[in-house]
Order: sequence, then structure tokens, then C-alpha cells
Amino acid sequence: MVPVSYYILLSAILFSLGALGVLIRRNALVVFMSIELMLNAANLAFVAFTRVHETFSGQIFVFFVMAVAAAEVAVGLALVVAIYRSRQNIDIDQMSSLKG
Amino acid sequence: MTLELILFFILAAIATLTAIGMLLSRSTVYAALYLVVNFVSVAIFYLLLDAPFIALSQIAVYAGAIMVLFLFVIMLLGLENLAGELEWKKLVWPLVMGGILLVEGVFLVIQRVGQNVYIGETGTALSDPSLMAKVLFTDYVLPFQITAVLLLVAMIGAIVLSKREKPVLPSQGKEA
Repeated sequence: MVPVSYYILLSAILFSLGALGVLIRRNALVVFMSIELMLNAANLAFVAFTRVHETFSGQIFVFFVMAVAAAEVAVGLALVVAIYRSRQNIDIDQMSSLKG
Repeated sequence: MTLELILFFILAAIATLTAIGMLLSRSTVYAALYLVVNFVSVAIFYLLLDAPFIALSQIAVYAGAIMVLFLFVIMLLGLENLAGELEWKKLVWPLVMGGILLVEGVFLVIQRVGQNVYIGETGTALSDPSLMAKVLFTDYVLPFQITAVLLLVAMIGAIVLSKREKPVLPSQGKEA
């Protein structure tokens, strides 16, 4: 018997760690991984609420989130490869050529 | 302490520690491997929450496909180590903001979810994938089809972005 608030708290912790990763890391690949971590935390909350409300909507949303995450990773990694080819590094602090 | 609660705490510790390990590891490969362990522990949480289909697709899609893609790019570009990252002086503000986010989340959970909603034994109707498929292909059939289009667009976008623009001379075509 696990209270559902434990799952939501774990989800909040994982989400905060993911947000922290986006803020502190400068390696674009690790930033991507942190975004995946945040999506995963949201998925965990979805599934926990699904279990509480006894309906499938949450699980189906998780399914769609996974599809969107897969698409995002494919495009994002293609961008990383393209940026690496033109600049020879993927430090996100140096990707500022569009800055005014 | 029931068995489920003990299992929950062990898995929660693994998930949190691997997430922290991912944040702090110098090597990108280690970060990716930490994240795989994190995904697997979250998949076990899904099993505990009576969602076996989601658990298996988590392992197949996240721990399988997505992380293999990550490792592929890391090794293709040779980005295993990026020295001189993570300056501790710059960490103060992100840590403050992450802490605020966490406190906010904890506050909302305590305020709104309440402590008395328990998750009981596994093996409810929710764990039946065929029932989930029925909902997916009736109520959610339009989003499902839009997802197919989304994946197609993402695939085309990835191919276009990573295609090398190289003028091909007529003499070079035969050598390749």
C-alpha cells in the first residue's frame, strides 16, 4: 500500500533534477537527456493518477508522450550533428550566433 | 512497512541517484548509461502501478531506441569527454531555481493530492493491454493517427537536417 503522493513527490524530484540539468550543463547532449528525464517524470505522474482514477486516459497520454519524445530526440540529435559539423563543438553557451 | 513500500523506496533511491549521477558525470557515455538505469527503474514503477504495456514500451522505446540513438551520436561525433564543464560558482542560481521548483512541487502535492489516497494491490483491470487498446483505437484514434504523421515528419526532418550538402562532381559519382 503506497500512498499516491509518494509517486507524485518522486515525480516532482525527478522533474526538478531534469530542470536543474538543463540549467547547469552546457553539453547539448546532456541537456537533451535532462529533457528526457523531465518527460519521464511527467509520465510517472500520469501513470500514478491513472491508477488512482481507474481510467486508461493517463496511460494513453503516456503512450503519446513517448511518441513525441522519440520524434523530438530524432530531430534534436540531427540538429546536434548538423551543429557539430559546422562549429566542431556542441557547447550550448557558444550557440549564440542568432543573438541580436 | 509492506513489501511494496520497501520496493518503492529502493527503486526511488535508484531513480534519484541515477538522475543525480547523470547530472554530474563528466563523461557523456556515463550520463547516457545512468539514464538507462533510471528509465529501467521507472519502468518497474509502471509495473507496480499496473501498467505493464507502458512498462514494456518504456524499456523498448526509451531504454532501447532513444538511448541507442544517443550513444550512436556520442560515439559518431566522439564527444565522450568534455573537460572543464560544471563550474561550481555558476551553479548557485540554477540550484536556487531548481530548489524553488522542487519546493513548489512538494507544496502542491501536499496541498492537493492529500495523504490518504492509497494504491492497492496490483492486478486490476488496468493491467489488461487489450482493454487499453480498445480505448486507444476508439476514443483516441485521431490522436493516434496524428502521431503517425508526426513520426513521419520527424523522420523526414532528421534526414534533411543530417544530410551532408556536398556538390557531387560527375567524376566522383563512379568512385563511391
